[in-house]
Amino acid sequence: MHTALLLEMAADAAPDRLAFGRRAEGLTFAEAKRRAHHGAAFLEQLGGTNVAFVGLNGPALPVAVFAAGMLARPFAPLNYRLPDADLNKLLARTAPSAAIVDDEMIGRLEPAPGVTLVTRSAFEAACRMPGDCDAQFLDVDHDIAVLLFTSGTTGEPKAAILRHANLTSYVISTVEFLGADEGEAALVSVPPYHIAGISAVLTGVYGGRRIVHLEAFTPEAWVEAAAAEGITHAMVVPTMLGRILDILEARGERLPSLKALSYGGGRMPLPVIERALDMLPHVDFVNAYGLTETSSTISVLGPDDHRLALYSDDEAVKRRMGSVGRPLPSLELEIRDPDGKALPPGQSGEIYVRGPQVSGEYAHKKMVSADGWFATNDGGWMDEEGYLFVEGRLDDVIVRGGENMSPGEIEDVLREHPNVDDVAVLGVPDDQWGEAVAAVIVAKDGQPSPEELAAWVKARLRSTKTPQVWAFRPALPYNDTGKLLRRQLKADMAGKLPAKA
Amino acid sequence: MSDLKPGSRWKSVVCDVEVVVVRPPKSEISLECGGYEMIPHGEAKPEGKAIAAEFAGGSQMGKRYADEETGVEILCTKAGAGSLTIGGRLVGTKDAKKLPASD
Repeated sequence: MHTALLLEMAADAAPDRLAFGRRAEGLTFAEAKRRAHHGAAFLEQLGGTNVAFVGLNGPALPVAVFAAGMLARPFAPLNYRLPDADLNKLLARTAPSAAIVDDEMIGRLEPAPGVTLVTRSAFEAACRMPGDCDAQFLDVDHDIAVLLFTSGTTGEPKAAILRHANLTSYVISTVEFLGADEGEAALVSVPPYHIAGISAVLTGVYGGRRIVHLEAFTPEAWVEAAAAEGITHAMVVPTMLGRILDILEARGERLPSLKALSYGGGRMPLPVIERALDMLPHVDFVNAYGLTETSSTISVLGPDDHRLALYSDDEAVKRRMGSVGRPLPSLELEIRDPDGKALPPGQSGEIYVRGPQVSGEYAHKKMVSADGWFATNDGGWMDEEGYLFVEGRLDDVIVRGGENMSPGEIEDVLREHPNVDDVAVLGVPDDQWGEAVAAVIVAKDGQPSPEELAAWVKARLRSTKTPQVWAFRPALPYNDTGKLLRRQLKADMAGKLPAKA
Repeated sequence: MSDLKPGSRWKSVVCDVEVVVVRPPKSEISLECGGYEMIPHGEAKPEGKAIAAEFAGGSQMGKRYADEETGVEILCTKAGAGSLTIGGRLVGTKDAKKLPASD
């Protein structure tokens, strides 16, 4: 089983259904398959082992993904938002490769040995050649499907390997073939170099649901596209949702066609999701937790879980609004202590996962144990019914006087304060305790005092978790997939934080 | 009864059952629990009503109840002794479908 087969199946069963693009100018599944076939023939002539892609979302992206799949060549989408020097370094690492590059971006790239550059318009022209393509491709093993460069915690980005087997097993076990009703349409605003951008293409095609790509996210463009294209399904990262709700509120728009909204990629502030549920009760909300290394989603908080958490008066049920739901049935998931022992419900440890969709492999190393378990480097715990709560990256844990604290828990509490718009909690060096807890606050509707905020935290968590250092900023740094850039913030704040309160 | 809008909450007058509407009915219907029409969540429960024996099969928290004929889908947010009915017709549970992944 390989990724291009997903498109071939959809094209056989629903050739005339729209696959990609806006209603006015979309490609049908049959046409998408035809273009991917031509694209594959074109790429084959260019040589190389990999197919790199430097460009915005748009119909050429899925065509390129499937063209690479037909050729059994790994597809490597690159982050075009990186500074030129870093982008060129990544491009060089894809060699030997053919690189499809947006016409507007090609000027940024330097020739790299073993990399053949081609513009997106040249690729698209080749795909549009009339008639069917009768090129036959070598019947090689479809091994690596996608290479995704993950932002490393130290040093150079690692190239995460996702095999055809990982991606297709994820798609087939979570999506019903052509399960989408005709007329459904998904709005994808997550970039191509993010795992969710790739899996959205695969799940959309297999489900038979038209994909509309938003080249660049603004909340206005998102709302306009959602309304104009009759969007039924969408995926956003948490930092987008609040802004979208503001636009909907300002315009009195409630998106009656929208059936389901998935989110993931970072922590969702409780006030935002609760506001969304209240404003859009006809929408099914899904929280999907996953990693690049696990072909995206491994745990899901479903639509009814959201509603129950909002409306039930059972504390354990309400608490689940802050969870990522239950692991997918096709996976095994465990919480383990630092010695590798599995922990019972209620106890925090590292999240480990095993299953056909889990890769855990990188270009130069395998981070998966001999028996297939992958350590996610995320801390978390499960409740009695198997709901998973993610505390955050283990690297972000603050160690103060021998006590481990996850920033996430303290941040969640601070976010509930009416004058707090956003917050990041960090560890800062401290001579006495090793680390002290610092909170960087983005205020709204007035300026809360550190004393007031400290009392707020103390009333809800243990006093040792109360931040000792407070700073206020107009905004926090996020990347374009909604991840808080903690290390950057820590570096920015170094030496600028006020003395302990 | 009118106004079974998505997100509207209803409760039983004869037991603990509480529900929220997920998909609205195609036309106006009467939603009952334990044999009596359900009332909006915020309203005070009238006294003196007893659960009808033939509608005491119970409703479970977390289950979605769906009626094909009218298209209404209701999520039970609090369990109780009464059964859900529409104009006296029992409403069955709906099986969970695969995720509406997008992704």
